[in-house]
Amino acid sequence: MRRQVPLAITFIVGWTLIIAVFIPHPPFGQLGENFTTYFDIIAVFAFILGGGNLIRVHGNKVYKKRQDWPYSIVTILGFVVVLIAGLFKIGNPDGLSGDLTQPGSLFQDLYTYIFAPLQATMFSLLAFFVASASYRAFRAKNKEATVLLVAAFIILLGRTPIGGYLTFWLPESLSFFHIPNLAYWIMTIPNLAGQRAILIGISLGVIAMSLRLILGIERSYLGGEGERS
Amino acid sequence: MPLYEKLKNIDRRVIYIFIALSVIIPLVFKIAFTEQASPIVQNIFDKIESLPEGSRVILSYDYSPSTAPEIQPMADALTRHILEKDLRLYNMALWAPGHNIATETTDRIIIAEFPEKVYGEDYLNLGFKAGNEFLIAVILTDLKKMYTTDAKGTDIDSIPMMQGVKNLRNFDLILSLGGGKPGLKEWILFAGDPGHIPVAGGATAVSAPNLYPYYPEQMLGLMGGMKGGAEYESALMKIYPQYKNKSHPGIDLMGPQAIAHLVIMIFVIIGNITYFIARKRGEER
Repeated sequence: MRRQVPLAITFIVGWTLIIAVFIPHPPFGQLGENFTTYFDIIAVFAFILGGGNLIRVHGNKVYKKRQDWPYSIVTILGFVVVLIAGLFKIGNPDGLSGDLTQPGSLFQDLYTYIFAPLQATMFSLLAFFVASASYRAFRAKNKEATVLLVAAFIILLGRTPIGGYLTFWLPESLSFFHIPNLAYWIMTIPNLAGQRAILIGISLGVIAMSLRLILGIERSYLGGEGERS
Repeated sequence: MPLYEKLKNIDRRVIYIFIALSVIIPLVFKIAFTEQASPIVQNIFDKIESLPEGSRVILSYDYSPSTAPEIQPMADALTRHILEKDLRLYNMALWAPGHNIATETTDRIIIAEFPEKVYGEDYLNLGFKAGNEFLIAVILTDLKKMYTTDAKGTDIDSIPMMQGVKNLRNFDLILSLGGGKPGLKEWILFAGDPGHIPVAGGATAVSAPNLYPYYPEQMLGLMGGMKGGAEYESALMKIYPQYKNKSHPGIDLMGPQAIAHLVIMIFVIIGNITYFIARKRGEER
């Protein structure tokens, strides 16, 4: 029974949603919409589940004083402070009925002065790592790597005004070789072709996996070992 | 130690210093370049230009502060253009921090530069809702199923801008800014395609190549990375010169980006020269 019920739900919902795409009329259209709405409702509960899980994992770490446990205190504190600031709309000029992100509210201040600078800092570090990694790994070791390197250079130049300045002198008949035009061509022709091929491959894989799930062949989502038949 | 050996074993911290300088110096000396909108960016501009007064446009903030330096110039320029054209702007967010960014943009651009615009009549903030692409799927047929109030908690039926809005099909254009999931791709797949609604937007430079397969049939335009934002700003300033005196972070930040790209390329060239020398000497295969 523990397995049959989820399998039946997957089968019914899966087929209903597929049929709803091709026959968007009652009852399938309405059922399809309802199932999508149920997903949105469940998605909200996922936040509660996520929050609970965060407290459990990091609480455990602090309690057992595992490696780097002081960082877990920061995590829990951050979570609790932002949660309270958001739930009770502390400092919100319009009180509990106001917009969560009202300027002057603690929630918005936490976002502006802590969350945003921290995230921006973390992401900014990428520039340094990318430069260092490019220096060490981007080598024209063979034909394929050379093609990749040349394409990367054209895109790097083409995505800046420098590319335009370098080849502005080219006559109209050779405008294709103008670096921004070359970069645009790489993006819209070879890149697009490759991306479409990947997309089609992924889509076929998703269709195959979805059918396996709907037909009950793939059961790993039910948990336990050796559920894949 | 010969120069070749020094370059081969260059400390990564030296590279870090060069990258830092390549960003800081152009910022300090305000090195900027002129930009011209490429066709894929110009298409978005032309679409907004062609919309009649009062048309409804969704601007979805599907990003967080981590990518804001790249995306925010697009949000600023689009907000200015939409309001300049007297279109109705509906801000929303599929990402939780997007709500904060929308509020911040409203304060900085709309309230500061368009004080005559009225909340609820000219622009609206619907806020963040969970559900990702499934949220889009629901509001494609019934927006009020998910949005009973705006971000301020006002009943959606009492907002003038929401009169006559039943679902996404009542909108003339959907713009999504982001780069991750959910984002522009989800708007195309779950709203643009099934609802036949024009969709366009902007994405980070690393995500933009993934979106090209949808151009131009399913996605009418795309701003890719900082350059996309800078190109849109230049297109806006060309038609509306009054914005030359306003902030244009996209164009301003293209200077540091251009120099940083050059520095990276120089290091890659140096790396390859040392590699070929090493290979010639039989040190590497």
